[in-house]
Amino acid sequence: MATQGHSPLAQFEIKTLIPLKLGETDVSFTNSALFMTLAVSIAVMFLLLGMRKRELVPGRWQSMAELSYEFIANLLRDTVGAEGRKYFPFVFSLFMFILFGNLLGMIPYSFTFTSHVIVTFAMAIVVFIGVTILGFVKHGMHFFSFFVPPGVSVVLWPLMIPIEIISYLSRPISLSVRLFANLTAGHTMLKVFAGFVVSLGIVGGVLPLAFVVALTGLEFLIAFLQAYVFTILTCFYINDAIHLH
Amino acid sequence: MTEQDQSSELKDLDARLRKAKVTADGAAGRTPSHRSGRNGLGFAMRLGVELVSALAIGVGIGLLLDYWLETTPWFMLLFFILGSVAGFLNVYRAATGIGQGVGYRPARTGDRPAADKAEADRRTGV
Repeated sequence: MATQGHSPLAQFEIKTLIPLKLGETDVSFTNSALFMTLAVSIAVMFLLLGMRKRELVPGRWQSMAELSYEFIANLLRDTVGAEGRKYFPFVFSLFMFILFGNLLGMIPYSFTFTSHVIVTFAMAIVVFIGVTILGFVKHGMHFFSFFVPPGVSVVLWPLMIPIEIISYLSRPISLSVRLFANLTAGHTMLKVFAGFVVSLGIVGGVLPLAFVVALTGLEFLIAFLQAYVFTILTCFYINDAIHLH
Repeated sequence: MTEQDQSSELKDLDARLRKAKVTADGAAGRTPSHRSGRNGLGFAMRLGVELVSALAIGVGIGLLLDYWLETTPWFMLLFFILGSVAGFLNVYRAATGIGQGVGYRPARTGDRPAADKAEADRRTGV
């Protein structure tokens, strides 16, 4: 237990809280699932309770709820345009889920579900497949013109088309790996430096302690930033699918 | 000032505000700006992953083709090169602000063909 507790990676361990079986599949309720549920319920409560009074002059909570709504609404309008409005519910839920997941992970002893690549990849692949279907629905077979860069001579097509397809397929990977890697690296680093504080004692431990404080601030920034980056890339992809070149 | 005057003035103001809002919305709606994706840190964090992910996909496709066609290692080598080119392309696109769009210019925004054409001309050097 002692060595396990001090491992910087122990915080990412999945622990089964309520064992469940569905046929042969293990569908146990884990700490990851618990924090996802928490993130969803806190996000819903934040918005519902914040907007409960519906004051003309918003209070603190209402102000924050309105701010997050407007932030995403403006983001979507800036990147996609007026047609993007119908995708707002999806983009907003995605943003709030990731943001609350990241922020919940900043609470000591909690679990960061966005630090698991399968979670971020699941979200990224939903975005990817959704955007691809959207492109097909909007443009039909014309969607394939997406992979032919304009102004390239036919001779180069056999070279350019595979490159474009690889570039397109790399989207879910880059989307998911970015979020997962940032969160995992940040939390591991925090734990490693916190370990130095203990091992260096009172005199030498001051420096790593200061570093941990600074890193914690940085991690909060990253929690917001990565939620934002994931969201804005989703907006870019939606924009690409709606307005083909 | 009578109440009548005030209410008609307010109505006038309301109408003008609404008009201005529609114009502003329209303008903002039609110009997907790439600026918003390019603010500093958030932007910097995108680049590294773009390069590696395309490479990974390329190698993955190559290995799969090799596995099916039993041509180890030729498809892997070919797609390694294609994947790295795609990775550089991703980074180039992100860095020049063409956004994530596949293709060499910003995605067409529907009703601005003139601006689009000018942009295309500028890029191809016409």
